Amino acid sequence: MSGARARVGWVLVALVAAFALAVPYLTSSFYTALVTQLLFFGLLAMSVGLLGGYTGLMPMGYAAIMGIGAYALGYLITRAHAPMGIAIAGAIAIALVVTLAFGLMAIRTSGIFFSMITLAQGMLVWGAAYRWYQVTGAENGLRGIERPFFAVRYYEYYYLVLAVVAASALVLWLIVRSPFGLSLQGIRESESRMRTLGYDVGLHKLIAFEVSGFFAAVSGLLFGWYNNFISPASVGLPSSAEAVFMVILGGAGTLLGPVLGAAVVVFAKNFLSLYLSRWPTIMGLIFILAVLFARDGLVGTGRRVAIAAGGRGNKTTAVE
Amino acid sequence: MRHIARFLAFPLAAVLAVASCGLPSPGGGVQQPTGPIRIGLLAPITGTTAASGTDMLNGWNLYWKVNGIKIGAREVQTFHEDTGGDPTVALTKARLLIEQRQVHFILGPLLASEGLALADYIKGQGTPWFLPVVSADDLTQRQRIPNMLRVAGWSSSQPHHPFGEYAYEQGYRKIVTICADYAFGHEVCGGFSHTFSDKGGQIVAQLWNPLGTPDFSSYMTQIRGITADAVFALQVGADSPRFVRQWNEFGLKAKFPLLGGEVLLDQSLLRSMGPEAEGLISAGHFAEGRQAKATQEYVDLYLKEYNQLPSYYASALYAAAGWIAKAIQQSGGNVEDPKKLLEAVKSQSLDDSALGPMKLDDYGNPISNTYIRRVERRPDGKLWNVVVKTYEKVSQFWNYKPEDFLKQPVYSRDYQGLKK
Repeated sequence: MSGARARVGWVLVALVAAFALAVPYLTSSFYTALVTQLLFFGLLAMSVGLLGGYTGLMPMGYAAIMGIGAYALGYLITRAHAPMGIAIAGAIAIALVVTLAFGLMAIRTSGIFFSMITLAQGMLVWGAAYRWYQVTGAENGLRGIERPFFAVRYYEYYYLVLAVVAASALVLWLIVRSPFGLSLQGIRESESRMRTLGYDVGLHKLIAFEVSGFFAAVSGLLFGWYNNFISPASVGLPSSAEAVFMVILGGAGTLLGPVLGAAVVVFAKNFLSLYLSRWPTIMGLIFILAVLFARDGLVGTGRRVAIAAGGRGNKTTAVE
Repeated sequence: MRHIARFLAFPLAAVLAVASCGLPSPGGGVQQPTGPIRIGLLAPITGTTAASGTDMLNGWNLYWKVNGIKIGAREVQTFHEDTGGDPTVALTKARLLIEQRQVHFILGPLLASEGLALADYIKGQGTPWFLPVVSADDLTQRQRIPNMLRVAGWSSSQPHHPFGEYAYEQGYRKIVTICADYAFGHEVCGGFSHTFSDKGGQIVAQLWNPLGTPDFSSYMTQIRGITADAVFALQVGADSPRFVRQWNEFGLKAKFPLLGGEVLLDQSLLRSMGPEAEGLISAGHFAEGRQAKATQEYVDLYLKEYNQLPSYYASALYAAAGWIAKAIQQSGGNVEDPKKLLEAVKSQSLDDSALGPMKLDDYGNPISNTYIRRVERRPDGKLWNVVVKTYEKVSQFWNYKPEDFLKQPVYSRDYQGLKK
């Protein structure tokens, strides 16, 4: 990559960072809240993308992992009245333990079987949320999940989410660039070859599952605080499918793709629906069109168009 | 480092893209006291609860069609938003209505979970909030919100308290209950079981089936094996017609009297039932077959407009519109001050309405009629609920002292108010 392009990149980053920091000043509280939503759903989609896009294991139950984070946080704050620090640590720990159990079950499979097992795990969590009312409040959900004292107002909360998501994205980026991340991609391309080369494929998958679970749980905390509320509707199959939709639409095997996908979904759900009562139809159409004409998602297609137009494509960027 | 730079640019560019789409703010602007009255209405018109949500809209629109889209001299603007039956979407839409559309007050949504999701947010905003449909007991009991009033609404256990006593007076002493296993089902069943047990009746068994039970046959077999005088049942949505049909098919209709919780036989579901529903008894705060002028005039209007009989969802919104319009008119058309608006609506009462006479108690829940209803066939072939007996001025606390009642926990699977 040339120095000139790097400089352009830095200028872009500076501009976008400045804009992201200025969002609460530029728009109203409602749109700031929408961008907040985009950020934590983007994080969920990135965590799904680490498994689905990089490792080739598409999980169909990841809203449930996010839900466990939010439910555990909600339970610790509203029922157990734990201090915030303990609630956060406890919620993450609970989510990690459950993820570990789920991971041990799921890593023995791959492909469609992996998707089906994670789907069943998602339904398990949804079922618990729906029926275990002593803990989850069942259909009525858990109400009154308070935000940390320093991020109560909408713009304070926006900055908290921005900081957490940016830091998480950076860590995820480092992970996918690391030798570990590259071996995950190796597993995606050919599990048997990686095994022959002497890699412990199962362990790699399990660690990937756990790392994804961690970030999904973090997005769950952000989700719980944002709504001050969690109910079974948020952890069901439709929410999990939406996360997969974000990854595929944006571009599997990239980190930017899932975030773009999240942007499209959040936008359609909350903005398109103001003008169209049949917005789920539009979402369906978008998905069909994406699968038909842009199988590598928005990012992949954008890249292909750029390559076709300028011929400046660079093979090493194809896996980012 | 340059990789980091490029990487960071991506998500932030996404932020930019979406946020800039959001910049034009629809409906924002400066408030003028003489401008239109801006009303936010939350009702699902997509998702699994779309049918009931559409009924809500129908009832609301009918009122303004009949009475003109004005309160006094001020025009009325309704901003309807679809919640899709999803609590978090409902919350986003409430933010939109309050922060962006700057509505003067909010009505809806439909599901208890949606209402509970909004509770903390709207409490913090202080926007007047009216709940004609959401009936979760605790919203006007143990977890009250000062700026929320259940205008033309009800609490889940409210009509089922008198129903328990009614059942005892019919000579039933042993009753089996089968209710949907979630908060609303627990509250409805708890209301009935509590008063029935207080009178001296015995709840011999309580069955709880999950929401969306595809087949009730195992429950029917269980019930058949129990010695009881009657069965109390509460199902919601598509479960209701299924339950009533299987109740008939398994021959239980001939064996036990069936006592229905309000929504088991609400008009929204009665529409899709046949002869198997005829003659069934239920209790409710609304009865489309009530012979009073206020109800029948409304039912005729609704029938003419939509070619069907109104459900309680439609009727609650119709009555709420009338209630709120009257309150605003009598307070001189001022909706800008939330406190004054809430006070005006709270002190308002209806001598009669589609739902009967109503007035709010100190906790923001209506004191209203409870109707014991029987399903009958009209001359035009449609089924409806006619009134067998009316309990007047029923409070959410029934005949218990509010202070004592509030000391009990809210009805749940563990607490059904049964005598030990």
